[in-house]
Parts: sequence; C-alpha cells; structure tokens
Amino acid sequence: MVQVTPIKTPAEQALHDVYDGARGTLPGKGAMASLREDAFKRFDTQGLPHRRVEEWKYTDLRTLMREALPLAAPPDAEAKANARDSGAVFAALNPRKLTFIDGAFVAELSDLTPEPGLSIGSMAAALTQGDAGVTAKLGKTFETDDIAVALNTALMGDGAVIRVAAGTALKRPLHLVFVTGNEASSFTRSLIVVEKGAQAVIAESHEGIAAQVNTALELIVGDDAQVDYFKVVAARGVHIGSLLMSAGRNARFDTFVLNHDVGVVRNQSFVRFAGERTKGAMRGVNLLRGEEHVDNTLLIEHAAAHCDGREQFKAVLDGESHSVFQGKIVVKPGAQKTDSKMMTRALLLSDNAEADNKPELEIFADDVVCGHGATAGALDPTLKFYLMSRGIDEQQAEALLIQAFIGETVEEIAHEGFRGAIMNAALAWLESRG
Amino acid sequence: MSLLEIKNLHVEIADEGKKILNGLNLTIEKGQVAAIMGPNGSGKSTLAYVLAGKPNYKITEGDILLDGESILELNPNERAAKGVFLAFQYPVEVPGVATMTFLRTALNAQRKLRGEAEVSTPDFIKLVRTRSGELGVSQDMLRRSVNVGFSGGEKKRNEILQMAILQPRLAVLDETDSGLDIDALKIVSEGVNRLRSPERSMIVITHYQRLLDYIVPDVVHVMAKGRVVRSGGKELALELEAKGYAQYTDTDEAA
Repeated sequence: MVQVTPIKTPAEQALHDVYDGARGTLPGKGAMASLREDAFKRFDTQGLPHRRVEEWKYTDLRTLMREALPLAAPPDAEAKANARDSGAVFAALNPRKLTFIDGAFVAELSDLTPEPGLSIGSMAAALTQGDAGVTAKLGKTFETDDIAVALNTALMGDGAVIRVAAGTALKRPLHLVFVTGNEASSFTRSLIVVEKGAQAVIAESHEGIAAQVNTALELIVGDDAQVDYFKVVAARGVHIGSLLMSAGRNARFDTFVLNHDVGVVRNQSFVRFAGERTKGAMRGVNLLRGEEHVDNTLLIEHAAAHCDGREQFKAVLDGESHSVFQGKIVVKPGAQKTDSKMMTRALLLSDNAEADNKPELEIFADDVVCGHGATAGALDPTLKFYLMSRGIDEQQAEALLIQAFIGETVEEIAHEGFRGAIMNAALAWLESRG
Repeated sequence: MSLLEIKNLHVEIADEGKKILNGLNLTIEKGQVAAIMGPNGSGKSTLAYVLAGKPNYKITEGDILLDGESILELNPNERAAKGVFLAFQYPVEVPGVATMTFLRTALNAQRKLRGEAEVSTPDFIKLVRTRSGELGVSQDMLRRSVNVGFSGGEKKRNEILQMAILQPRLAVLDETDSGLDIDALKIVSEGVNRLRSPERSMIVITHYQRLLDYIVPDVVHVMAKGRVVRSGGKELALELEAKGYAQYTDTDEAA
C-alpha cells in the first residue's frame, strides 16, 4: 500500500515545529500531556481547516494564515507598561480586570482583591500543579473534534481559571483583557465555572498589535445560574476564539460579541442547553471595512426540554470585507418544547463586500418551535431620501440608518452598562468611517 | 419675486425613460396656498418628489427656481435647508431611529447648513412639546422609532409635526388627506392652517375637494398629462368635484 503523506503548508509545518520545540516546557504532565499529544496528532493529521471542511468553508485558514508565528515570549517590563490602560472599552463599568499579555497572565495588572465566593487563578499554574478540579473538567464542557480547538488544547499555555461559588452574585463584572505586544502566537485556555444559583457578568476583550491568537473559553453555567458574557475583538492579525459552553437547568445566559478593526477573526461557539427550562441568547455585530474577515459560527445544541434559544447576528460591510455567519441549531431527541430562533442580517455598503449566511436546523424532536432567517442587502434608498429631505446630509443619513441597523441588536443586551459601552464602541466606529 | 417658479419642466423616470412631466409651468407666490388637483397619473406626486430632490428622476428640460435661483443641482438636504419641505403621501418607517433624535438631527442639520447655531436641549424640548401637543402627538410616539407602529393618521400627524418644527418656506403636501378619517383630517388641517403665514407658501396636492374645505386655497391648478392645464380660484375645486376630470383626459372610461 502506498503511504500518503499530505504536504504541509508552511504554516502547518511551522506549527508542527512550534509544538515540537515547546512540548517539553508546556505546563502539565501525565494525563494533561497526553491530552495535548492526542490533540496535536489530530491537527498534524488533518492540518489547518480549509474550504473543503464544511464548518470552515468560508474561512479557509490554509489561505488566510500563510505563516505561523513563533510562540510568544513572556511579557517584559515594557509590554506591561504599554498594557496598563488596555481594556478601555469597558473601563466605564469599573470591572475587575484580569490582564493577559501575549497569552500570559499578568498578576500585577490584575485586580486580585478577594471577594467572597470568587476564586481566580491562572491556567498555567493549575496545569503545572495538576489541579484535579481543573484537569477533570478540561475539554469536557463541550467535546468537539474541531481542529482549532485541538490546536488550542495542544498548545495552551495560560488563561484564567475562575470559579463563582454556588449562590454568589458577583459585585463587579469580570473583565479578561487580552493584549498582544509582539508579533507572535499565543494559545490561551480559560475555564470559568459559575455554580448553581450564582450570577456573573464576564467580559473579554482583545486588542494590541497584529498577532496570532487562538483562545478558548470553557464556560460552565450551573443550574439556576445567570451569566452575561461579552466579547470584543479589535485587533489585527488572526484571532480564533472558541467558546465551549454548557448550561444547566433553569439557567439564563446572554452573550454578545462585537468585532471591529480586525484582521481575520473566527468566533466559534459550541453551546449546549443541558438542563431544562433554560433561556439563552447569543448575539453579535460585525463592523467591517477594508479586507477584514469575520466568521461567527454557532453550534447550538438543545439536549434538554423546555429551553428557549435566541440568536441574532448582524454585519455592516464596507470595502472588500467579508462576513460569515454559520448557525446550526440541533434539537436532540427528547428536547421537546424547544423554542429556538436564529436571525442573521448583513448590510452591504459596498459592491465588493461579501456576506455569507448559512443557518441550519437539525431537529430530532417533534414538538418544537424552531426558525431561522437571513437577509443581505444595501441601505434602503427610500429611507435615505426621507432622512435627507428633512435636511440630514447623505453621510449622516447613512450613519443614522447604520446605527439603527446595529441598534436593533445592541438594544437587546440585557445588561444596561454593557449595552451602553458596546453601543459607544459601535458609534466610535461609525464616526471613524468619516 | 415669486418664491417658486417652475419653467417648462420635463421629467422622466431615470431608469425607464418614461416621461412624466411634460413642459410644466407653475408659479407660487410668497405666502400663497396653491392646490394642485388632477387625475391619477397626471404627475402630481412626481412634481412633489422632484421639488424635494428625489433621485431616480431625470430632468431633461426646464428649471426650478427658488427665490430666483435654480435648485436642480442641490441635494435633498440642501433644498430642505433652503426651506423646501415635502409631507409624504406614504411616510416611511425608520426602525431604530427614535422620533425625537430624528427631529433634532434634522433641525440642527438644517440650521448648520444655514450657518445658524444648534438649538439648545431645553429649547428643543419646549418646541417639540408645544407642537406635538397641538397635533395630539403623544410622548410615547416621540420616543418610538420614526413612524414604526404608527397608524396611517399618526404618520400624517407626524409629517405635520415635522413641518411645524422645521418651519419651511415652501411646504408640499402630497395627498395628506389620503387614508385619513374625518377626525384625523380635521386635526391635520388645523395643524396646517396654524402654519399658514405670509412667509410660508404651500402646495396642497389632492384628488378631492374635501381637504380644501379645511385648507382653503388661494389658487387651484389642475394638472393633466404632466402639465398644468388650468388655473383658477378656489371655486375651480368645486367645479372639478361636480364635473370630474373627464374633460382633461382622453380615456373614455373617465368620461
């Protein structure tokens, strides 16, 4: 038999070399080391996801990621000084900041003042110490054979480990601030457990110089727990973010992602409604121009009955930008009375922009309400004329209509403070269009 | 000098080349209220749109002069700042833009183009309160998105509210009576009449004489086939009501 050895792209070869060079020093031994090893083998066999992999059809990493950067070195004093004021997007909310520079947790730029019911640690420390509470959960929140997640598992260096104890309502939002200071690659893995009846507001932002970031968050929402989760990506380079999430019974979650001024972004969410009577919403807005590329991909799995899911994603596209939305709702057998709705809309401001919308439903229960919709179009000239006939100039009329388009989704954010902060970030983008 | 002079205006729909206005002449004096009546398809709404500067119309001949200066090259917003206002026959819904924000943005945009200072928040709120009260526009409507969820009558009242706030010099009311019941018609007409002034001219476009019982015009023009075919006093409206438009059209069915 002929042995077929696929030819590696330069990026794939570089990632291979990165892993080879780092495997001895990456945190964690024993079971964790073999978890890495298995994950890496999966990547090494399959390579970077490309257009013939259905889930990655519109975000061909083989093409979009020509090279793989070396692993980032630990941040130096200068990088720390530069990162002092980062995370400004949510500063008005006075959150508890946890800062990561080039993927490494920086304690001195983090607010670690104790709060009852809250424990915070670094993933590197947990892996090094072999913290059984962490290692037992890692990779189990939502098991997937996705290659980007496998690559994260293989190379994860640091991240946050957060536990909100049962019944605790956090006083302040948590803000994980990720800053890149070097043209390098980083692989962060975080684990956040919000236990039964606890309440947490969690934000994550990404900024800095063009780098390659592969970040994954495992988020476990306990029974009766309530989680608001916000993510902002505003960094060039390549950003691959995976949210692996599982929600228990009678829980509530509300998530939102804003992408603007980026390079290539893939946000993939794997979300399971694991307990009955849980309500969850996932929303997002992409504000794109130039050659920016953002892909929001969702896999929503209804594994329990009587749950409500709402997803709404919008994109504003200018220049030659490219927005992708893929949303798959899976209703498992027995998940009766599921109510799940998904909507995606793209507003094209330029003839050269591209929006790909792919909603999917896979239903294995017979008593459910599920629906999806997708639209893509230009600004309505009738609306523009109406505004202009009242004295509003063309640019401002467009801005108002774009603002209205975005606002429809942003207004749905339950948390008032974050709603305001995200709208402000969107308005700043609109103003920068000039 | 007349406020508005339309000279030999020829207009076609840009993409289709279909001719709508065919050598229209019309003069509106300062402070005058002119009714324009005419059968369907005579070009009344096109005239309204062309005055406001709607794209998709091609002016092949003629001119529109406001204060003696051509406005053909001006964008809709520049015309608005010069005092042209169109009350739409079908006001559009603008989801996500609150009515208050819209009114304020429009007023300040016009003032800015005219080199005037922005209106202060307390002054603006006071202005909107007074005007909306007169027209029975509720605070709730002002908070909602422009025209979204408004009834037909509410949309028309919102048009007149905009006119009351923007204080145009030339208001074009395109079939403001369509879709209104008699009570709504009264409210809207009273709103319009309050705005009559020696400094403000109005073009009231309508099919029916009924509206002109409430908004009594100084002159009546009859349009057919893209031009003004007859002009007279307000009694002309009554004559049209009695005899119909048959004498101005060729088709047999209208006879």
